[in-house]
Amino acid sequence: MRVLVIEDDPEIAHFVQRGLKEIGHGAEIAGDGVTGLDAARDGGFDVLVVDRMLPGRDGLSVIQALRAEGNRTPVLILSALGEVDDRVKGLKAGGDDYLTKPFALSELLARIEALARRVSPEETATRYAVGDLILDRLTHKVTRGGEGIILQPREFRLLEYLMRNAGQVVTRTMLLEHVWDYHFDPQTNVIDVHISRLRSKIDKGFDKPLLHTVRGAGYMIRHGSG
Amino acid sequence: MAAAKLLQSSVFRLTWAATVVLGLAAAAAVGLIGWSANSRLTQSTETVVERDAADLRRAFETGGMEALTSAVRVRSRLAGGGLYWLADSNGHPVAGNLDKHPAELGPSRRTGTFTYRITSSQGESARVGAGILVDVEGGGMLVVARDVADQRALLSMMYRDLVLGLGGLAMAGILGGLLLARYILSRIEAMSAASEAIMAGNFSGRIPRRDAGDELDRLADHLNAMLERIERLMAGMREVSDNIAHDLKTPLNRLRNRAEQALGDQRGSAAWREGLERTIEEADALIKTFNGLLLIARLEAGAVEESLAVVDLAEIVRGLVELYEPVAEDAGFQIIAPPAMPAHVRANRQLIGQAVANLIDNAIKYAQRVETDAAEKTVTVDIAVTGDMVLISVGDRGPGIREADRERALQRFVRLDPSRTTSGTGLGLSLVAAVVQMHRGSMRVEDNAPGLRVVLVLPLAKPHALPESGADRERVVGDRKVEA
Repeated sequence: MRVLVIEDDPEIAHFVQRGLKEIGHGAEIAGDGVTGLDAARDGGFDVLVVDRMLPGRDGLSVIQALRAEGNRTPVLILSALGEVDDRVKGLKAGGDDYLTKPFALSELLARIEALARRVSPEETATRYAVGDLILDRLTHKVTRGGEGIILQPREFRLLEYLMRNAGQVVTRTMLLEHVWDYHFDPQTNVIDVHISRLRSKIDKGFDKPLLHTVRGAGYMIRHGSG
Repeated sequence: MAAAKLLQSSVFRLTWAATVVLGLAAAAAVGLIGWSANSRLTQSTETVVERDAADLRRAFETGGMEALTSAVRVRSRLAGGGLYWLADSNGHPVAGNLDKHPAELGPSRRTGTFTYRITSSQGESARVGAGILVDVEGGGMLVVARDVADQRALLSMMYRDLVLGLGGLAMAGILGGLLLARYILSRIEAMSAASEAIMAGNFSGRIPRRDAGDELDRLADHLNAMLERIERLMAGMREVSDNIAHDLKTPLNRLRNRAEQALGDQRGSAAWREGLERTIEEADALIKTFNGLLLIARLEAGAVEESLAVVDLAEIVRGLVELYEPVAEDAGFQIIAPPAMPAHVRANRQLIGQAVANLIDNAIKYAQRVETDAAEKTVTVDIAVTGDMVLISVGDRGPGIREADRERALQRFVRLDPSRTTSGTGLGLSLVAAVVQMHRGSMRVEDNAPGLRVVLVLPLAKPHALPESGADRERVVGDRKVEA
C-alpha cells in the first residue's frame, strides 16, 4: 500500500512515515498543500493523509479539489483543531475519516488500513467468514462450526464491523464511531466489556480463539496465529 | 473643564445653532407683524385725512374761501383732531393749528410725514404728523394731516422690544448651551475616565450613572452589563489557567518520575518497555484532560451552535444506557432505563451524548463506593417532559454530595475527594454544565436520598422543527461511513 502524507510538520510526517514502513507500507511526504495536490493528482496512492492546516493551500481545499476532479482516493484528515463541528466540516469536504492531533500511532495506522480496504464499496460482501465463524448480513445469522450463535443487534453490528476488517487492528475509538456512532470519549472502557461479552459468545468452548486483543491498540478478528 | 472644550462640545454647538434658528424665526415673525401693523395704521391715517380733505373741499365748493377758513378754524380747535394749515393766495396763513407750513410737503411731495412743534403747559415738543397738501382754487394752499407721533412711538417701542427679546434669547441660548454642554460633558468625562481606568487594568471598575433614567444612564447600564460579562469571562479564564497549571503539574511530575524510574531500573529493556508503556498511558490521560478543557472552552464560546439539529433525546439516552449496561452489570449494578417515549430537542447528538455518558459513568463510579444491598445497587436514568422542557435525570445510591459542595461540583477540576485518587479528569460535571448551557438548558444537583441525582433541563424542540429524514447530518455522515 502506498500512502501520501500531506503534512507540514516534518516531525509528525516522519513519525507517520516510519510507522507505515514498519508495517510494510510505502509512504511519501508532501510538505505543503500545492505539492500535495500535485502528488495526489499523479495518483497511485491508496490512501491520503491530509493535515487540515497547510502552507500554500489548506487541507480541506485540497480534498475538495480532488473530489471535484473525480478522484476517489480515501482521505484521512489530520487536525489540531478540536471537536464536533470541525470533524463534520472535514467529512463534508470529502474526507473519509478524521483524526485529531495528538493521536496514537496505532490509531492512525488502524484507520489508514481500514480506509484502504474501503476503496470499492460495491465489493461489500453479504457474507463474512473468518475460520469457521460465518456472519450472514442478509439473514442476520451468525454460526460458528455450523452452530447458531444468538447475538443482540448491537453485538451483531460489532461483530460485523470486526469481520469486515478481519486481520486488521480495529481500535476502540473506531468501534465507538462505527458501531455506536459516538464521536466522544465515554471515559470508562465500555468497549472492552462489550468485546468480552461478544468473545464469550463466539470463542467460548472453541480451541482457537478468533477475537484477539492487540495490546495498546485495540482488537482484531483473525483466523490462525499468523 | 476647559472653556474651549465646552465651546467645542457638540451639545453646545447644537444648542447654539438651535438658538440662532429660533432667533431668526422670531425676528422674521415680529418683523412681519410690525410691518403689517405699520401699513395698516398708515392706511387708516390716509383714509381719515382724505375724508377730512373731501369735507373741506365740499365746504369750499359751497361757501368759498370763507366757509373753508371757518371750517378749518372749527376743526383746528378740536382736541385730538386733525392738524391743519391754510394759506391764502399770497401764502399768508389764515387758519389752522400748525404754526407754519410743514417744510417737508410742497408741490413736489404732496403726501407724507413731517415734523412740527407744539407748545403746551409742559413746554415745546417736536411731533410727527402725516398728511396731504391740497391746492385751493384761487391760489390758496391747505394742509390736512393727523398726528402720528404716538403710532411711531408704539412701533419703535415694538422694534426695541424685539431687539431686546432677541438679545435675551441669544443670551439664554448661549448660557443654556453652556450649562447643557457642561452637564453632558461632565457625565461623558466621568464615563471616559471610568473607561480609561478599566483599560488601565481595573477590570472591576464600572461606568458611573446618575439614576436619571435617561439615555446616558441606559448607555452606562449596557456598558456595565458588557463589562460584567467580560469580567466574568476573564475570571473564568484566570481560574481555568490557574487550575490547569496546578492540576497538570501532578500528572506531568508523575510522568517524569516514571520515565526516570524506568531509566534507572536495573532490569534493563523489560523495565524500559514497561516504563514507556506507563508513560504513554499517562500522556494519553493528559491529552484527554486537554481535550476536555478545549471542548469546554469551545462550548462556552458557543462555537458549535451551527451543528445543532433536532434529535430524539430519549433515543440517545436509551443508546447510552445500552452502552453502559454491561459495565454496570459487571460492577453488580442495574441501570433502570427511561420509558420509551420520544422527546425531541435541538441539540448536538455527540455533545448531549457525551454529557449524559459522563453522568452515567459518574453514577456507576460513585455508587460503587458504598456498600449497599443488592436491591439498592441501581442507577436510575429517567426522562420526563413537563411543559416545554425535557428533564433527564441520572440518580445513584452512592455517597452523594453535601449540599454545601453541590455548587462547587460543577466547576472545572473539582474532585470533591481531596485525595484525588479517583480516576478521571475532574472535568466530568463541568463539561456537562457547559454542554447544557450551550443548549440553553440548566442543570441541578440534588439529593437522591440517599445518593446523588443530577437533573438536566433542556428546552423541547418546537413542533414545526421535528426532523425530516436526513435532518441529522451527523447521522447521515455516520451511515455513509458504515455502509461504504
